[in-house]
Amino acid sequence: MDGKNREKSSLLITRIPMTKNTNFISIQNISKHFGDVIAVDQVNIDIREGEFFSLLGPSGCGKTTLLRMIAGFESPTNGEIFIDGNPMSEVPPNLRPTNMVFQNYAIFPHLDVRANIAYGLRKDHLSREESNLRVEEALEMVKLPGFGTRRANELSGGQRQRIALARALIKRPKVLLLDEPLGALDKKLREEMQLELRSLQESVGITFIFVTHDQEEALTLSDRVAVMSRGEVLQNASPKELYSKPVNVEVADFIGKMNFLNAQVDKIDGDRISLNAQGFGSIQATATGDFLEQGKDVIVAIRPEKLVLSTTPVTSGKASVAGKLNTSAYLGDRSHYYVSVNGCDHPFAVATHEIESASDELLERGREVWLSWAEESLILLPVA
Amino acid sequence: MKSEIPYIERPNRPLHIYAICFLGFLYIPVLFLPLFSFSDSIYIKFPIEGWTLEWYKQMFANPLLSHSLMNSLKVGSVTAVFSTILGVLGAKAVTRYRMPGKTPVVFIIMLPLVIPGMIIGVAILILLNRVGVPLSLLTVTTGHSLICVPFAIATLIPRFEGFDKSMEEASADLGENAWWTFWRVTMPMVFPGVLASLLLCFTVSFDEFILAFFLAGTEATLPIYMYGQLRFPDRLPSVLALGACILVISFVVIFFSQWMARTEKNLRS
Ligand SMILES: Nc1ncnc2c1ncn2[C@@H]1O[C@H](COP(=O)(O)OP(=O)(O)O)[C@@H](O)[C@H]1O
Ligand SMILES: [Mg+2]
Repeated sequence: MDGKNREKSSLLITRIPMTKNTNFISIQNISKHFGDVIAVDQVNIDIREGEFFSLLGPSGCGKTTLLRMIAGFESPTNGEIFIDGNPMSEVPPNLRPTNMVFQNYAIFPHLDVRANIAYGLRKDHLSREESNLRVEEALEMVKLPGFGTRRANELSGGQRQRIALARALIKRPKVLLLDEPLGALDKKLREEMQLELRSLQESVGITFIFVTHDQEEALTLSDRVAVMSRGEVLQNASPKELYSKPVNVEVADFIGKMNFLNAQVDKIDGDRISLNAQGFGSIQATATGDFLEQGKDVIVAIRPEKLVLSTTPVTSGKASVAGKLNTSAYLGDRSHYYVSVNGCDHPFAVATHEIESASDELLERGREVWLSWAEESLILLPVA
Repeated sequence: MKSEIPYIERPNRPLHIYAICFLGFLYIPVLFLPLFSFSDSIYIKFPIEGWTLEWYKQMFANPLLSHSLMNSLKVGSVTAVFSTILGVLGAKAVTRYRMPGKTPVVFIIMLPLVIPGMIIGVAILILLNRVGVPLSLLTVTTGHSLICVPFAIATLIPRFEGFDKSMEEASADLGENAWWTFWRVTMPMVFPGVLASLLLCFTVSFDEFILAFFLAGTEATLPIYMYGQLRFPDRLPSVLALGACILVISFVVIFFSQWMARTEKNLRS
């Protein structure tokens, strides 16, 4: 096989990491209105070449609509999408350098697996052998070798998902769009596919835009995540940053489990903030932001795993508060204990692997406990 | 008494009786046709005294009959193809595009189904006379197409609605334009509907009498020929023989289309 042929028949595109384009896909001020419904509202996103990018948000927040605008199935009411520097508004879907894995997979029922995967190769005018070779390669890539002659109705959900993936990847798109591709799979299969999807993306080096409403999935898979709500992007950041530095209550609430507390700013001294918190009294936090003004209300947020539960008063000098043990939820690798603090509306969730200075039987409901935390683990957020 | 049969599948006697009465009412009169076509008397009467194939021989030997049969086949096939093409386009437009005033458009397309054939016939006849178009098989075909398009659309719309539009989007996504998408995805998916529409339109045209009567001019179609024959009592038996043949052929066609639909369904589920 000569070099050109090899290049042609090999599905794996080598990464070009040196010249990674930071705005390979540039979504500029995109809106989409359906009559009175504003499905997508002035969204700006830049996506790097080779990035695994996720759109995360609750159902109905406009993820699919945004993805369909990138694919060309919906035309934006406003704004422009650039892919690799080219404006896309005049380009029909069949001429865009994107391919999509549909939410329902859209496997053609009248064709067998091989014909489904080879569907996009018509214009390449390959010989039958060459086409079959490419299909078999694609099938191996998605770990379904030898499935070529099956019909669509003989496939399980997970297999359909792989076929849809192979059918899109065989076109070697610049961008692969995936609309909740794992949504229909059961939990175990979904987790397996997440790992596979990620390693597949790394080996082919194609930019993935992945839509999901499952925050855990988005955090596991992605290089970067845009959190959407009501058509807007709330925050666009790496999973780590989303988790540790959410920009508002909505993001904080959507990503992982979070405890919230109403407070008022007492004093600002550089980034050291003194607060008067509901039920907690005077506490200290480290934060900066325009929303911090003396006398203004703020929301204090803290992760369950940043709270420490103890059955004796805290003497270490760490900030602490007394409460009553409420219910607990056993989660296997950890437990969530819920602690009510006088003056607070909601009990606080505390994640523990093992309890400091106490055994299980001492933790009966209603007993007095103490919560302590490190100052820097408090997150201050503007009032929504 | 405890029944092993699921509630929904338990036998229902009144329903059985109703079904038998219904089938009897529907088919017993029709079954007299083939029965009397083998009787050797030219009068329709019981008891049948002798059996004969004479009427069938007469029928096949009659040049006028085979001519009108040919006419009907021509009109029927052209009508079927033409109406089905229009039906496919119409059904696709109605189900696939967001267009203003979709509901009134569908209503207007479906209207010929409920307008009496007599009125359509007279209307077209007057129009053709005014414009000066001579009556021929072509005018019959035009009239038949008018009444068949609604049948075609009604047959095809469920077919188009029955498959997800993401199939067509997937095709576009994989690089095919509208033309290729139509032939590679849409057509194969709606094909059983197209076949059903062809058969239905053909059948409607084949036994349509009123429009043909108004628009045929000198070229008779089969129903017109049969109607003409009824004036002569001695021709009645050969009309019965013809009716019996049509009955058998219709039966085969319907059976075939149902069988097609069924294998299609098995293939999908
Ligand atoms: N074709 C359409 N016509 C009218 N409204 C639509 C259409 N598509 C989506 N919408 C609306 O736009 C909003 C966003 O929908 P969608 O993008 O599907 O959300 P998601 O994928 O995040 O669940 C929803 O309120 C939905 O009802
Ligand atoms: Mg969606």
